[in-house]
Formats: sequence, C-alpha cells, structure tokens
Amino acid sequence: MHELSIAYSVVSSATEALAGRKVAKVDSVLLRVGALSGIMEDPLQFCWGLATEGTLLAGSGLVIERVPVTIRCRPCGQDVALDGVQSFRCPRCGTPGLEVLKGRELEIVSLEIEEDGDDAHSGVATGDSEKERPAGG
Amino acid sequence: MELRQGILKKNDLLAADLRARFGAAGLLAVNLVSSPGAGKTALLERTLRELRLTGQRVAALVGDLETDNDARRLAMSGAPVRQIQTHGCCHLEADMIGRHLEGWDLGQLDYLFIENVGNLVCPAGYDLGEALRVAIVSVTEGEDKPLKYPAMFHSADVVAISKIDLAAACEFDRDAALRNIREIRPGVEILETSSKSGAGFAEWFELLARRREAADEAEA
Repeated sequence: MHELSIAYSVVSSATEALAGRKVAKVDSVLLRVGALSGIMEDPLQFCWGLATEGTLLAGSGLVIERVPVTIRCRPCGQDVALDGVQSFRCPRCGTPGLEVLKGRELEIVSLEIEEDGDDAHSGVATGDSEKERPAGG
Repeated sequence: MELRQGILKKNDLLAADLRARFGAAGLLAVNLVSSPGAGKTALLERTLRELRLTGQRVAALVGDLETDNDARRLAMSGAPVRQIQTHGCCHLEADMIGRHLEGWDLGQLDYLFIENVGNLVCPAGYDLGEALRVAIVSVTEGEDKPLKYPAMFHSADVVAISKIDLAAACEFDRDAALRNIREIRPGVEILETSSKSGAGFAEWFELLARRREAADEAEA
C-alpha cells in the first residue's frame, strides 16, 4: 500500500551511503523482504523507476530476495520455514509456532556499483564500506 | 557494496526513543489498529470514560487522513486528546507521535492510547514505541479477516473481537474466528467486546492493568 514511500526511503538511504564515492553507475540494489513485511514486489518494482528518476540510482535494477517465515519448533527441535502466512503451525508436528525467527525483514542488503576512472576495481570491495557509511545514518 | 540497513530504520530509531520515554514515564502506550469502521473510536470512547472514573490518568492520539471528528468525539470523555491528520498517509509513523506529544507531561499519565489510521495493511510495519498492539476485528467483518491480513494480526499482542452485540444478527461464527486468530497468532490474548453494552470491558481493563504492572516491573 505504501510501496512508493518505501521506494523513496531506499533511494534516500542508498544515496546517503554513496556520499563521498565517485559513482559512475548503480547497477542494482538488493533488498531482503520478509513475507510478514507487508510489502509486495510488483508495486515496488513499478515505483522504482519513478523513485530513482534524477538520482544516482536512475537506471538501476531492483533485486528482491523474498524471505519466508521461519519458526522455531521446540518439539521437533528444528527451525522450519513455512510455505505461506496462513498458518504459523509447524508443518511437521502441528505445534503452533510461538517463536518467529525470520520473515519480518525489510532491508537494503547491498548495492552493485561501478565507480569512476581509476577506482573502478576498488568499487566492489566491501571491506571499506564501513568507514564510508555516514555516521548516525 | 554491503549496506545491511533496515529500510524503516529512521522510524525504528524514533520508536525506540519513544519506548524509552514511555517506560521512564511509567505509562503504558497502546496502539489500536483495525480496518475502518471496526470500532476503534467507540472502544476508546468507553475506555477513556471508564478509566477516568476509576481515577486513571489517560490521554489519546487519534490518526485519520482528514478531519478532527474523532478527536472531538473522544475529548467528550474529558481526557486530553489530539488529532493527527495524515493528509493521505495510510498509517501513523513514530515521528508523528513524537511531534503530537509536545507539551504533554508523560509522567502525569498512566495510559496513552494511539488510535491508528483505519487500515489493516500498512500500520503493521510501523513501530510507534507502543508496549501493546491491539488489533480489533468486528463481527460484521467476517471470521477470516486474520487470514486475509496475516501480517497485521501476527504483529498484535491482543486481538479484540468487537461489536459482539451484533454477533447473532451477522451469524458470526465465533469458533471459526477464534481458530483463525490463533492460526495466525498462536498464544495471543483474545477479548470479545461490545462498546455499546460494555461486555468484555472488565477483561480489557484487567488486561491493561496487568500489562502496565508488567511494564513497570520490567522498567524497575
């Protein structure tokens, strides 16, 4: 329902993270979206072009990794991924899953970028991303 | 380039601040969510009125896209009430709560009720710093609402089935409703209320007092 504002938030966070880098092009943005996040892939893809227009992310692709709900089942002694969100019972033993370990994610995982000129090879290195992240976010 | 950053991080940080303020002030913040017309305002009207009669200090923030009709309705209780007009936004966010609390002494409150925008989709993802999220579903809406809107019902600490005075007229299947709620949110506390007759309100007030006590103990 509010995928456009989510798209704008992604653009704003990604732009902040890219500050100070000589970015030639952002190829793609990888998001992790849980089944319980309430966010749908199609409307988000639909909004992406509009939200990135005139920004560093213009022309980039949006890659969405869906995360199913995973519950911890005590009787089975296992963590079990669920097929959908119509029941939170363990599919093996039927015990209601009181502990949800995964499925609420709504996060930016990474950006695939091409940096300008000589920096082209260091661009994909991940080790230096920590210190370049704006403080406080 | 790794980022690993929550898309709603700004909201989550503001909500964490609010939660800390509510905890320090010793008040229980309650976020009421439902579809439009499920009876959030009616439940809150009776709640504010009756809690005030027992000497509890209560206040409310109420969200709608437009109009301050609900705030005017709720203010009849005598409690401090503020309207949040979102002008199109489909949910409340933590910064709206922060801005609308300005000037209120939270230390003088026992309960703060936040009536969210009527919507069973978007408010699910936005933490408002509440200690308790109450999802309301009325008997007129059908027993399968929790299955249709699992993210919201899964995020609730309490589910209130409202308008039970109309259950017979709606041929409401109580067992199916309870089963569906528990399927989506195992272990959740379930209330059955009528804001008209007052049914279920004794249990509601008992639950609020118990949760407030638990929150106080956690704080101490």
